[in-house]
Amino acid sequence: MGDMIRRYGPGLTLLVCLLTAFWLVMLVIVPNMTLLESSFRPYLPVTEIGGPRDVYTFTNYLKVFNGDIELSPFGFTFHLPVHVLTFSLTLFYSVVVTLICFALAYPLSYFMAKILSPRSLPTMFLLLFVPLWVSEVLRAFAWWMILALKGPLSWLLMQLHLIDHEVRWIVGYNGVMIGLVYTYVLFMIFPVYNAISSLDSNQIEAAEDLGAPWWRIHLRIVLPHAKPGIASGAVMVFMLSAGSLLVPSILGSTTSQWFTQTVQQWMLDALDWNTAAAYAFLLLMMCTLFVSLVMKIFRVKLSDIAN
Amino acid sequence: MSAGIDLENVSCDFGSFRAVDNANVAIRPGEFFSFLGPSGCGKTTILRMISGFIEPTQGTIKIGDKDMKGQRPNQRPTALIFQNLALFPLMPIWENISFGLEVRGVDKATRRAKAQALLEMVDLPGAADKMVSQLSGGQKQRVAIARALAVEPKVMLLDEPLSALDLKLRQHMRAELRAIQKRTGVTFIYITHDQGEALAMSDRVGVMSQGRIQQVADPREIYNNPVNGFVASFVGENNIFAGSVTNASDGMSGFETAHGALRARLGALAKGSNIKLYVRPEHTILSETAAAENSIPVTVSEVSFEGAFISVLSKTASGQTVVAELRNDGSATVPDIGAARFAHFNASHASILPDAATGV
Amino acid sequence: MHKIRQTLARVYAAAFILYMLLPLVIMSAAAFNNTDKIPAIVPWKGVTTKWFAALWADDRMWHAFQNTILVAIAVSVIAVIVGTAAAILINSVSGNLRAALYGTMISTILIPGAVIGISTMIMWTKIGNALDSEFILFNPGLHLSVLGQVSYIAAIVMLLVLARLQSFDQGLEEAALDLGATHAQVMRRILLPHLYPAIGAGAAVSFFQSIENFNVTQFTRGGADTLTIYVFSKVRSGISPTINALAFLLIIVTLAMAILYEIKRRRNASVEAAREAEARRAAVLEEAII
Repeated sequence: MGDMIRRYGPGLTLLVCLLTAFWLVMLVIVPNMTLLESSFRPYLPVTEIGGPRDVYTFTNYLKVFNGDIELSPFGFTFHLPVHVLTFSLTLFYSVVVTLICFALAYPLSYFMAKILSPRSLPTMFLLLFVPLWVSEVLRAFAWWMILALKGPLSWLLMQLHLIDHEVRWIVGYNGVMIGLVYTYVLFMIFPVYNAISSLDSNQIEAAEDLGAPWWRIHLRIVLPHAKPGIASGAVMVFMLSAGSLLVPSILGSTTSQWFTQTVQQWMLDALDWNTAAAYAFLLLMMCTLFVSLVMKIFRVKLSDIAN
Repeated sequence: MSAGIDLENVSCDFGSFRAVDNANVAIRPGEFFSFLGPSGCGKTTILRMISGFIEPTQGTIKIGDKDMKGQRPNQRPTALIFQNLALFPLMPIWENISFGLEVRGVDKATRRAKAQALLEMVDLPGAADKMVSQLSGGQKQRVAIARALAVEPKVMLLDEPLSALDLKLRQHMRAELRAIQKRTGVTFIYITHDQGEALAMSDRVGVMSQGRIQQVADPREIYNNPVNGFVASFVGENNIFAGSVTNASDGMSGFETAHGALRARLGALAKGSNIKLYVRPEHTILSETAAAENSIPVTVSEVSFEGAFISVLSKTASGQTVVAELRNDGSATVPDIGAARFAHFNASHASILPDAATGV
Repeated sequence: MHKIRQTLARVYAAAFILYMLLPLVIMSAAAFNNTDKIPAIVPWKGVTTKWFAALWADDRMWHAFQNTILVAIAVSVIAVIVGTAAAILINSVSGNLRAALYGTMISTILIPGAVIGISTMIMWTKIGNALDSEFILFNPGLHLSVLGQVSYIAAIVMLLVLARLQSFDQGLEEAALDLGATHAQVMRRILLPHLYPAIGAGAAVSFFQSIENFNVTQFTRGGADTLTIYVFSKVRSGISPTINALAFLLIIVTLAMAILYEIKRRRNASVEAAREAEARRAAVLEEAII
């Protein structure tokens, strides 16, 4: 701090600190603390707010366990609270989306980093950046069109005689998964590409020279080197997927429900902000736990992920 | 125009580490003064204290008899030339040079004219509108000098500015720096770890080690009469013999060593234990017969041809290496390896010196 | 064997690009299909521009467009100022303080938009209630969307500026101070010019991020529309190919900006290459003269 005053003078230093404080305190810390505080308050009519019934309670969180639903996967039948189910499925499908994104992104990242000539790289980036800059809502809408019952996908497959009648593609979580993968796969490509391109190509050649088969080179040299990039991509894709509201809303079916949609229902339909706060906090916890888990598994730091 | 600099009992601590220890030196106005020493010896810290980027922990720094305490870098009559030059990459050359005038509110036409004049002085008349990335290493050097001179400093501080250049260009720029200093008459304080650079350019040199100024003198004095073993070893090569002082008188002394009794000049500070005898290889002579004094029997072990001279390495009976340098002018005969010789030297060319005065 | 794998990789890359772009092409093409009501490309019923005319005549769209631009400008301005300040602060501190600040800033990127939206909404309305104030800031509306969006977009700006700061030679600041510049002059003439490319990139990224933001806006907007909200509500109810027309126009704008950026980048690169070549020639000449 002394160094900073010496370089920028007391006036500018104060300004810089105040601007940063405005951001972190007023836009990040206090809102999240308010969220946490609200989540423990009961849902009361306006007249009773601040009254004797306005005490801290776990009621909002316990609402997660209301309303059982009967499930019978693989012949087993059991009961699960509906919000717990939504929460679990959101977590599960976000992980699946992350895995699919990695599987799609890794070969391409490797191709861009090690095979494609540096002269073609800017063009490649340009082509990839265009969908990235096109708004998420439009990308989801594009797939909504493609997957429609009488849409181009059914049409094409029928022309090819692969199917003999139009197929309803948006069933269960299919649409959501397709949309999330398409929307967020680029967030896996860029960090993984960055990580692989920092690998010295001589290492790959040395391994080849020593007789290693291609899969072993990837397993033992490229993948370990790309670990921070993979972690970073995985965290981004997971967070964006679990936190997405647009894609599940547009590409969801009658039987799919995303946890963010539940939060939205509390907030905007039920107008129960305190319960919405509790649910939002649960979502935040799920994300935090996932990030911590990834950081532990990959042994990386938060600062590595941000790069 | 130029000003002297006085360092009075100046010390600087970084935490528990004492970077500069009780430095006292009076640099004269218009002088080319070098601080010479290995990296970490505190020379850069001294420079940064003079320029105002670091405040001394103790002591006083005066520029032109004015105490600089509390004066920020932009208030001092100094101009610093950085090791990496620190030219502003986003400004054209003329804006770089006149930046110091710009911040003082000088109008554009005057600045432009001044920049042009300075560019002519450093021999780069056509470079005003170029960008930094268009210049070669030597040209950047000149621009850095012009930029520092533009603010008409009383003192120029140079932090190893030549270290990035290759050998030939470096030697060329030495002469040029010296010429610019003479032309402008500004006091130059030069920091370097290159003894050749310091000796070739400076009016006086301050040799530093471990935060302490070991010796301040003109280059000849530094080389010929080093005050201690550190100065002797850092500036030039030596054959070194350990031993103890015997009968000292008139500045000369006997010196009892494992190789017999030797005699040499007795350094003023040569007291206590850590005392050794130092003699330069160019003053060490190899002959077939023993000399009257300071004569040590050796066996030639290696001959290495260095161009202007030939360096002959030989070993004493106890295995210590003694180096003798022969001028490659045809006058000396090069002995064969394995030949028995006597290494000897004139007592007036050898000094009995203590080790360095250490800072901590 | 090596060759086959390389070819496979190329085929894969081409397929991937197709996968990325084809949906956008299909969506755009539907804007020109002379269907009635439902956007589709099969069956193709001939080319029309009527959906563009319908889009042009849609007042709600224009209103949303205007809101979107205003919000995006506000977000860019605030996020750039705050993010740049934060990057300078991060770059000047070290140790635990740096780690704590950096961690807090980065975490904002990872907080789900819904959480940001709800927390922003709750906090500002609570402050309004506590102050018993009817002041506009404390009610739902796009101004809250701006604040919510800034809370994570500023972190993106911070990362961009910080990366640029790390390539900055602090010796330049010292050199300027040594030449007599004041702190404000150092900031204006030395540091900020170095940061401009990152600040420009930050402004562009902020603008686009703001335009596409849905989650934060959805929870804070009150009744106001932005373009994203407008498209979303159209897709949910009352879909028509006007949305495709809008999508086509937005894609064209995006593409044009991307190409312009690339042209500018190549021009800068060639100017820099020419300068370096000149420096090398000068060095050779210098060697010859000595």
